[in-house]
Amino acid sequence: MTEVLSHIAPRRVALIGNPNVGKTTVFNLLTGLRQKVGNYPGVTVEKKTGRMAGDLPVEIIDLPGSYSLSPKSMDERIAYDVLSGHLAGEPPPDVVVCIVDASNLERNLYLVSQVIDLGIPTIVALNMMDAAESAGLSIDLAVLNERLGVPVIPITASRNEGIGKLKYEIRRTDLAFPPERAWQLMPAVEVEMPALIEVLSKEAPKVPVRQRFIEVLQCLTSDSMLDYWTTWAPGFQREVQQVRKKLEAQKVPFQQAEVIGRYGWISPLVAGVVSRKKEVGSASVSDRIDRVLTHRIFGPLLFALLLLLIFQAVFSWATPAMDVIEEGVVGLGALIRGALPTNMLTDLVVDGIIAGVGNVVVFLPQILLLFFFLGLMEDTGYMARSAFIMDRLMSRVGLGGGSVVPLLSSFACAIPGIMAARTLANPKDRLITIMVAPLMSCSARLPVYTLFIAAFLPTGKVLGLITFQGLAMFSMYLLGTVMAFIASLVLKKVVFKGESSFFAMELPPYRLPRFKQIFWRMIDRSKAFVIRAGKIIFGMSIILWALARFPSTDLDPAIVSARLEVETTYSNSVDRLVQEGVDPVLAVQQTDEAMHSDFKQIEALEAGYRIEHSFIGMLGHSLEPVMRPLGFDWKISAGIVSAFAAREVIISALATIYSVGDADENSPLLREKLKADTYPNGDPVYTPLVAVSLLVFFVLALQCMSTLAIAKRETNTWKWPAVMWLYMTGLAYLFSLAIYQGGTALGWG
Amino acid sequence: MTIADLKPGQKGIIEGWTSGTPPTRLLEFGLLPGTEVELIRFAPFGDPIDIKVRGYHLSIRVQEASQILLKDEFLT
Repeated sequence: MTEVLSHIAPRRVALIGNPNVGKTTVFNLLTGLRQKVGNYPGVTVEKKTGRMAGDLPVEIIDLPGSYSLSPKSMDERIAYDVLSGHLAGEPPPDVVVCIVDASNLERNLYLVSQVIDLGIPTIVALNMMDAAESAGLSIDLAVLNERLGVPVIPITASRNEGIGKLKYEIRRTDLAFPPERAWQLMPAVEVEMPALIEVLSKEAPKVPVRQRFIEVLQCLTSDSMLDYWTTWAPGFQREVQQVRKKLEAQKVPFQQAEVIGRYGWISPLVAGVVSRKKEVGSASVSDRIDRVLTHRIFGPLLFALLLLLIFQAVFSWATPAMDVIEEGVVGLGALIRGALPTNMLTDLVVDGIIAGVGNVVVFLPQILLLFFFLGLMEDTGYMARSAFIMDRLMSRVGLGGGSVVPLLSSFACAIPGIMAARTLANPKDRLITIMVAPLMSCSARLPVYTLFIAAFLPTGKVLGLITFQGLAMFSMYLLGTVMAFIASLVLKKVVFKGESSFFAMELPPYRLPRFKQIFWRMIDRSKAFVIRAGKIIFGMSIILWALARFPSTDLDPAIVSARLEVETTYSNSVDRLVQEGVDPVLAVQQTDEAMHSDFKQIEALEAGYRIEHSFIGMLGHSLEPVMRPLGFDWKISAGIVSAFAAREVIISALATIYSVGDADENSPLLREKLKADTYPNGDPVYTPLVAVSLLVFFVLALQCMSTLAIAKRETNTWKWPAVMWLYMTGLAYLFSLAIYQGGTALGWG
Repeated sequence: MTIADLKPGQKGIIEGWTSGTPPTRLLEFGLLPGTEVELIRFAPFGDPIDIKVRGYHLSIRVQEASQILLKDEFLT
């Protein structure tokens, strides 16, 4: 069949291929930087499209990496839905380009044979020709072309070879439709096909003639594919179920019919096309590297060292850049505050908008660094090895080896950690990893731990070796990690119970990293964070600002008169100095210096009063009855509410409430104020028991709007972030309650 | 004899599956009756395993490997 295609703009070309075949590199070479990233409606799968330069407008759609068109994951489902035109508003592509790893032809041709059966003009791009050559493989392109019946273009995308020819082929308007199916199902199944195809074509005449066979085949083996027809073709659905029952009764392994049939065609085809030029020694370069990197002892050791390096990078190398951003935000705020009149609008711009943008941008150094390392691991092929090494340990807590990197990254910050979970192929493992990642103690908890441990826990050593405070700090990290493991086990057993799970992962050959590609992927992912999660973080920052700023109340008369007194003293002092013959400018300067701390004190008093009467203060007061059983008064409760912006904010919030002014976790003044605070009956507000209760609360509670924002972005629903917030905050409440009530009962209060 | 019983460096030919319906993904990866499989190595903690099938490396857990029967007469 040689129907000629003529097209009016734009021609839609879909790229598909197994994972690790260099599909992204081909996509980048075809489109340059003319790319757009979005989401397919309702799912987390990224939709990447781009334009190919040239006279004829060509839109390239980069489909998710897939091993098969019989979907096993959300990614593969999207790939099939796009190719088959099942997606509303998304017509099937005009041309499909199948990227194939030339050094691994047999398994790659499985997907190719499925794509050909869709009946869309298909081009096979035989990538990694260099790797095939160095592995001693020689491929007879002419014979392969003839057997497959579609154009085969040899390319080496990493060296930009053959791309011109591929572009030329994509632009050709006389591309032929692929040949009819050349392979057979097992007879017992094959015989059922014509009748089912007939029923489908009657009920759903819109399905292209050439596509009917694969639609029927999909429905025979997959319930989710069959469900698609519930509304479109209910009669067809019933018919398929009938045939399934019949085949089951005959004990025909129809589930395997497609795979056996396709490989039955592919294996001899490959044997006739691929020849080994030379007998390569038993171990390739990749095998030799694996002997070291997955060695019984060196393997885990080297992986631990690499993790240490990544951890160090995200934890400390990012700090200077984060400090610069934080200082820049404060500096810019001060600059703008100086230039604008003192009013509510200025407050909104400085404390709301600029601080909100700062809250987003401050994560970028960590995210960029982490994604650089993740990209390096993925690109070289080491990512699969790290999962191979760690799988045994992680499977004990219901996860797989791939969850190690995302979870450890979460010690620095849950945001990049949750984003790193994208490297997990199994959607269930990915979701569980996202759900437990925020329990790992992130760096924002560290200042909170520091303040309360230093202020309220005893100094001294345990067994004369480790300091008690150090041990307490370690316990916080341990508690979070243990709870993350328990939570993942529970999620696996309760939420995802009954779903069968198995593990199968390709170990691709090692490759030299291509830094250009790693760089662009790093930029892509960071952009996704800024745009998607950033919007939510920014919005919540403004809401939290408004909660702390409103309602504006009149200050307490005592504070007003105190300010008046300081101001009077100030002008008197200036006057006196001028009368004494001091230059007026100098007089103001001297008085400023002398009375600096008096003004600071008054400002701190005013800020303390304002926050107590703001919505945050009110929230703190109204939460007090709920929080008292945990040992928290209204001030701590208000601090916890404001810490929703970011955990470390509780320190500046407490500093404001206690009228300390600017303070950090090492401020002695704040510590003294906290220690000195009492209830009306004279009992101290903070005891070591309250401190422990608060520490445990911060280990477990999801006090971070940014985490919720990124979880929403990554799961594409508010359901999972809501579950996350509820279970973590519930855990925090229960643990703190048990600690405070138990401790009080034992007389430790 | 199953894949899980192989020693590193040993090859066998798949006969079938101990259970009725194997995961389709493993079939699609090429683990079909008649296919030659070589056990390359065990992971450092004993599980999963690295096998060579149809010219590429695949990692599966011992759990699944122990369900893939080998033809006894073709062990090398």
